[in-house]
Amino acid sequence: MSMVKKYIKETLLVLLGVFYLSPIYIMLVNSFKDRSQLYENVLALPEQFTLEYYQAAFQKMNFLSAFKNSLYITVVSIIFVVILASMTAWMLARTDNKLSRIIFMTFIATMLIPFQTIMMPLMQEMSWITRNIGIPMTNTHGGLIYMNIGFHSSMAVFLYHGFVKSIPRSLEEAATIDGASKWGVFWRIIFPLLKPTTVTVAILDVISIWNDYLLPSLTLKSKDLRTIPLSTFYFFGEFTIQWNQAMAGLVMTIIPVVIFYMFAQKYIIKGIAEGAVK
Amino acid sequence: MSKTRERLWFALFTVPTILIFITVVIIPFINGIVLAFFEWDGIAANPKIFVGLENFVKLWSDQRFLSSAFITIKFTVLAVISVNVLGLIFALLCTSALKMKNLARTMIFMPNLIGGLILGYIWQFIFTDAFAILGELTGFDQVFFNWLLDKDYALYAIIFVFTWQMAGYMMIVYIAGIQSIPDELMEAAKIDGANYWQRLRHIVLPLLMPAITICLFLTLSFAFKQYDVNLSLTGGGPVRATEMFAMHIYNEIFRYNNYGYGQAKAIIFFIIIAAISLTQVYLTKKREVEM
Repeated sequence: MSMVKKYIKETLLVLLGVFYLSPIYIMLVNSFKDRSQLYENVLALPEQFTLEYYQAAFQKMNFLSAFKNSLYITVVSIIFVVILASMTAWMLARTDNKLSRIIFMTFIATMLIPFQTIMMPLMQEMSWITRNIGIPMTNTHGGLIYMNIGFHSSMAVFLYHGFVKSIPRSLEEAATIDGASKWGVFWRIIFPLLKPTTVTVAILDVISIWNDYLLPSLTLKSKDLRTIPLSTFYFFGEFTIQWNQAMAGLVMTIIPVVIFYMFAQKYIIKGIAEGAVK
Repeated sequence: MSKTRERLWFALFTVPTILIFITVVIIPFINGIVLAFFEWDGIAANPKIFVGLENFVKLWSDQRFLSSAFITIKFTVLAVISVNVLGLIFALLCTSALKMKNLARTMIFMPNLIGGLILGYIWQFIFTDAFAILGELTGFDQVFFNWLLDKDYALYAIIFVFTWQMAGYMMIVYIAGIQSIPDELMEAAKIDGANYWQRLRHIVLPLLMPAITICLFLTLSFAFKQYDVNLSLTGGGPVRATEMFAMHIYNEIFRYNNYGYGQAKAIIFFIIIAAISLTQVYLTKKREVEM
């Protein structure tokens, strides 16, 4: 390949990437423009840099509280999914009997159930529990986290199960002979070995829990409990749309995602590829 | 170790997950099947009336439901094609010998991490305002106008945004597939004088069949279940022209308070998704074996 041809190809590839992200550019430049500038030319660079619209959007979206809520729900849900699913998957993979196989197959089969099929009965059940048993499952972060664990555990069990099968049993048997309990064997020997899968599970669940709108919208009713997607939705619904503020708000919601992407890019791409292939 | 202790350990490790799983997924699923045979407005104090199969019969003469089903199928077919064609092209570009391939991959995957709801709002602005200006600037006002106000183009707008979101995801899966093709195979073909298209057609694509299967299966079910972009980009409008299946179920239950009837639709939704997924898996497994 001649040098010139190669440079042209390289440039075209980068241009493709830039063009692909042009909506982000449009969002960014218009978050600084006033009304007349915005309607004059949406594609032009802003004439001045002002954080005015960011401040307005920050307050209207209650951004800080939404960010904290999203972070709390995502982190706690994932910790539970990782702990519970890895324990379950290890036990299921290491127990050769009918019960264990039935449980595993049930986890896999239910992955076919779309959320819309169970959302209504789930909400009924959760408000029934709240009313009759007294555990506050609706309109609480705890309830939402509980449901997140339920929805994300089957995929996690599935991924861990596959990985456990590739770990030789001899490792555990040696430790058992040395007198370690199952608990000790799992946490000291197996769990550290499962790290690649733990990363995959965590990445996949961060993306889906952080961005989830429908489940939180059904469970969380109080304003101060809202997550980022929820507060974005209400921000667009409650106020007549002022596009500069709206764009500023959207830029803010994307910043955490971009930071996460910059730091974990390698793992994200690996996690996506693995999560899909299995 | 005694059998009882063995069982206790089994219970300790599995029961917490199973308990949560049963209460969140299994019970609502079973309850959902039962509720589909009742007529109910969702208010706990009001009676649930058993209507047998009536909810499932009513569906076939429900114009709103049928048009929603048609829109969803149209969306799914077009979206599966556009996402996979684009994803595959991007993957081929990003596995080429070019130095900038990693940068391009990073940029193309980016939209996938932003939630569908937020993507929909960004594009709502672009379709409403940026397109008007592009139309004036370029003169192509047959292409650049507000897509969201036209009942056909509003659906294409959702396909467009969905493709923008998902092509990067499928690209990653295709890249993994392409990278697993042994280099010797490509080298041997090159030595034998096969050009780029011949290598693509006779080596890359056949060996990529497992990845293609996975991607088709994933896009098919993602597209069929699409809700977030639908909600934020068009909200089902103009005049319900883009109310896809998932949104239709939500509206039937929570907006029109037809809990039993809506749940019957939700069960149909499940059956279709399960059938699509199982067929796809079956077909691709069979094909992989034959080759």
